[in-house]
Amino acid sequence: MSDTAPLVAIVDYGLGNLFSVSQACRRAGLETTITSSRAAILDADAVILPGVGAFGNAMSALERLDLVSPIRDIAASGSPLLGICLGFQLLMTESSEFGRCRGLGILEGEVLRLPDDRSRRLKVPQVGWNQIVRGPGAPSDWIGSPLAGVPDGAHMYLVHSYFVRPAEVMNQLSMTRHGDVEFCSSVWRENIFASQFHPERSGEAGLSIYRNLRARMIERKEKQDV
Amino acid sequence: MTPVRLIPRLDVKGPNLVKGIHLEGLRVLGKPERFARFYYEQGADELVYMDVVASLYGRNNLLDIVTRTARETFVPLAVGGGIRSLDDIRDALRAGADKVIINTAAIARPAFIREAAERYGSSTIVISVEAVRSPDGRYEAYTDNGRERTGVEALEWACRAAELGAGEIMITSVDREGTAKGFDVVLTAAIADAVPIPVIACGGAGTVNHLSEVILAGHADAVCVASLLHYGALARGVANDGDDFSEGNVEFLRGARGPSRRQGVSIQDIKAHLADCGIKHRPNSTEVSIV
Repeated sequence: MSDTAPLVAIVDYGLGNLFSVSQACRRAGLETTITSSRAAILDADAVILPGVGAFGNAMSALERLDLVSPIRDIAASGSPLLGICLGFQLLMTESSEFGRCRGLGILEGEVLRLPDDRSRRLKVPQVGWNQIVRGPGAPSDWIGSPLAGVPDGAHMYLVHSYFVRPAEVMNQLSMTRHGDVEFCSSVWRENIFASQFHPERSGEAGLSIYRNLRARMIERKEKQDV
Repeated sequence: MTPVRLIPRLDVKGPNLVKGIHLEGLRVLGKPERFARFYYEQGADELVYMDVVASLYGRNNLLDIVTRTARETFVPLAVGGGIRSLDDIRDALRAGADKVIINTAAIARPAFIREAAERYGSSTIVISVEAVRSPDGRYEAYTDNGRERTGVEALEWACRAAELGAGEIMITSVDREGTAKGFDVVLTAAIADAVPIPVIACGGAGTVNHLSEVILAGHADAVCVASLLHYGALARGVANDGDDFSEGNVEFLRGARGPSRRQGVSIQDIKAHLADCGIKHRPNSTEVSIV
């Protein structure tokens, strides 16, 4: 079956820019299924938890669709799991958006509101292209990581009012500055990569993240086939 | 501040990219998806599609254009015109939009902003404020592409929209729109200084200097540019060949009216100008690789 394109399940919980994510995957040579089926998620070669929306609604939707345990199972299975924007935040322990909410708890950490400062023209939500730089957990030049091939200081597209503070510093793959706040804009731990920015909306630099995902999926499939 | 965004705005009527021309009505410029792709490849930071007649006649085929565009462009895409309900927002997002732009439905029922923000996240909801200057210097919000008065004061409305959960405010000066005489800097600064959320200036760009002016003096977080870029794109040969233009005012495309007096610019021209002015922006990637 190694001649077929690897299959990504994009989790559909009624929210999110699923089409954009799907198109970016296809551009990178991946097959996609947009699904809220537990079986389809568990059968896929990789899973993307996308992200537009409010944290509390998203968690309620995942619980209602009974998708919390399959996403946790994927995280534990070694299959690539990619969280984007809200999908990144959902992986964490809890969020303070519209009152405190528990997250999936796959990664230790919390989700906090970005501060605004009108006198310095710091707006919230932060909307736009901001730079990502190597985080404390990043290998030199991001080699071998999901950001391999992305230049240090590349601009990525973000739209968010909240940011993630992971408990584990060494999971922080990239950092981004918003005024005085330098926040973790992506994390990487084994099979899990998640970013506050939208790789599917970040032009060619963002698409390289999907190409890296495809390479990891092919590598993993080949190992399994052997 | 976050780097300023440069956003080509594509006004769509039916299958066509159009441009409102004083006393002439809507002029057909070409196929919107071709321009969108051209701008993406040239380094546009975001794209805006505005269905210019949806508020009048109900929904049309804009979402098909959105879907085709989202297949080949990988920057944010905002869609406006005729968004009236949570279902409309869902449909736009599912078609490939990242954000929706709302005016009429939000003024008619402000609680719609909160419902939309709670359901889809503030960052998905852009509130469009179309402002007309009154003789006393105040600005009134209009709807339906500047055709209908609301009696609502524009600055108060922008603040209220932000409180209700809007993620961005797009300000269009109806007086300046299509004039190429520059943005309304006073209006833009008043709103940008009053709201905690990003403000997109729209309507009136005639030169690159107008853009730096509305960023530096108008405190805009993003700028929308329409005909200034469209005429530049046409001059640079964005492909319209082989397309079927059987709808709308196509005299301009057929060349019967001759070239526009308006000079167009490219995205690179604008970014070079921003760099000269010391304005933070996303530098153009060197080239777009083909996969």
